Amino acid sequence: MSTHTNTDAAGSRNAGNPIVEQRIALAMTINGERYDLKVMPTATLLDVIRDELGLTGAKKGCDMGGCGACTVLVAGRRIASCLALAASFSEADVTTIEGVGSADRLHPMQAAFMRHDALQCGYCTPGQILSAIALLSENPRSIEEIREGMSGNLCRCGAYTNIIAAIAEVAGR
Amino acid sequence: MSGSSFEYSRATDLDDALAKGGRCNATFLAGGTDLLQLWKSGLAAPQNVVDISHLPLADISRDGDTLVLGALARLSDVSAHPDVKTHHPMICEAILASASAQVRNMASVGGNLLQRTRCPYFRDRALACNKRDPGAGCGARHGENRHAALFGSAAGCVATHASDLAVALAAFDTEITVRSTIGERRLTLQELYPLPSATAASDSSLAAGDMITAIRIHRASRFAPRSIYLKIRDRASFEFAVVSVAAALRVEDGLIAEARLAAGGIAPLPWRLRGSEAALIGRAPTEPAFLAAGEQAIEGARPLEKNTFKIPLLRNAVVRALQSVRGGS
Ligand SMILES: Cc1cc2nc3c(=O)[nH]c(=O)nc-3n(C[C@H](O)[C@H](O)[C@H](O)COP(=O)(O)OP(=O)(O)OC[C@H]3O[C@@H](n4cnc5c(N)ncnc54)[C@H](O)[C@@H]3O)c2cc1C
Ligand code: SF4
Ligand code: FES
Ligand code: FES
Repeated sequence: MSTHTNTDAAGSRNAGNPIVEQRIALAMTINGERYDLKVMPTATLLDVIRDELGLTGAKKGCDMGGCGACTVLVAGRRIASCLALAASFSEADVTTIEGVGSADRLHPMQAAFMRHDALQCGYCTPGQILSAIALLSENPRSIEEIREGMSGNLCRCGAYTNIIAAIAEVAGR
Repeated sequence: MSGSSFEYSRATDLDDALAKGGRCNATFLAGGTDLLQLWKSGLAAPQNVVDISHLPLADISRDGDTLVLGALARLSDVSAHPDVKTHHPMICEAILASASAQVRNMASVGGNLLQRTRCPYFRDRALACNKRDPGAGCGARHGENRHAALFGSAAGCVATHASDLAVALAAFDTEITVRSTIGERRLTLQELYPLPSATAASDSSLAAGDMITAIRIHRASRFAPRSIYLKIRDRASFEFAVVSVAAALRVEDGLIAEARLAAGGIAPLPWRLRGSEAALIGRAPTEPAFLAAGEQAIEGARPLEKNTFKIPLLRNAVVRALQSVRGGS
């Protein structure tokens, strides 16, 4: 397994900046790969994933915990990465949509989203799929529980009916 | 959107956390779900963020008939805990009606009790707010005050308390353990949430550097068969309460022997409905007693221009909550 760092990119970005900001060293596993990172104390996990690592599947919708577009899994549990301070997540095991399935081997949830046409613009979809995968491990017993369990993921296009149908199929409900 | 810069440090143990948290301009970070919102909005500008989220204060246990929640226990872990589900179902209901699964996986119970008000004027620095800037005036009082309180407001602030969990805890005998560099003390929930001062600058009685370490809920399991957290919101899920009611009854020989009622969304603190409780004691758990409790709940309400609808809503929510628990589970 290779180890990645972000210090080169960060170093050049800060070049010529007279104010020395605190940088926090942290190690994380992201999609099974080990990363040794240096992050700003103020960086959110979402910012690190997108801007430092270039994993742009997680979206910055509201940046306030209210839309679910930034959903990632930490140790299999879904969180809103926009409200997560990256520095607090050292040693965390993070999964983003880039770590789920692949083009020729889709995750069953991804395949179900395609079969059910569970998206329009696709902006909310990475968050929806990660959230739905985490919901499966919470064992939703009914459509009602799936709907409630997915209430943290908004879809501006209103693809809700098909999203719920896709999840229900995978959940066997 | 981003807030001011700060230094981050991770507390290595409780004493380290208390020492670091006691410095000026330090703020504890637990789940960060409210702190990061406040910081991004420019409402919190700590110089030192002290990360307490890795301290071993997340245990959920029972000590006799006392439920002990470590302050750092996640909302999702509390609501999924078998003991809480069995003996304290109302606490589960209040948590599961809070925020979203994503937020509940991050948020701690201690942080939940200390979240700031959701008054939209408070949350937007462009608007006038006494709570945020003492003396600036209260934009809500004569402005958009649909969300405002009916009870307990200070002269300068009509905001409500936002926590659902706090309302459930207010119905029971709840004790909060607080540590600081000076030592440990235990507060009742009423002591944690006193009636606000004139500008209502803070939402709790804690001082800077005070850390909640545990929440204890005493002798509440007897209410498990007849309890409910009823939350009325503007949308079916993932929304703060317009009005909420925590209701618990104990029925003996066909009569109400004990009643606990608290309401949310209507006061600057979780609002115990003692008048309603008194109206129920010794009566059959039927409509006449429930209606009397509903009427008592709205006694003395002081509405503003746009929130008078909350008066019948509160009355009816009390009645509905009681109707749904009367049969027991
Ligand atoms: C989108 C969204 C929707 C929400 N909806 C609801 C809802 O419907 N109902 C509801 O009740 N809540 C709701 N919330 C609020 C949420 O429950 C709280 O933000 C959360 O519980 C706070 O816990 P935390 O651990 O993240 O606290 P943090 O954000 O880490 O801390 C909050 C505050 O408490 C302080 N603090 C934290 N822990 C301690 C401690 N142990 N001792 C002393 N000080 C401490 C921090 O310094 C900070 O000032 C919502 C939040 C979001 C983002
Ligand atoms: S009600 Fe309180 S929090 Fe809201 S604007 Fe008025 S002073 Fe600020
Ligand atoms: S971007 Fe995180 S919840 Fe909206
Ligand atoms: S598909 Fe467009 S936001 Fe959901």
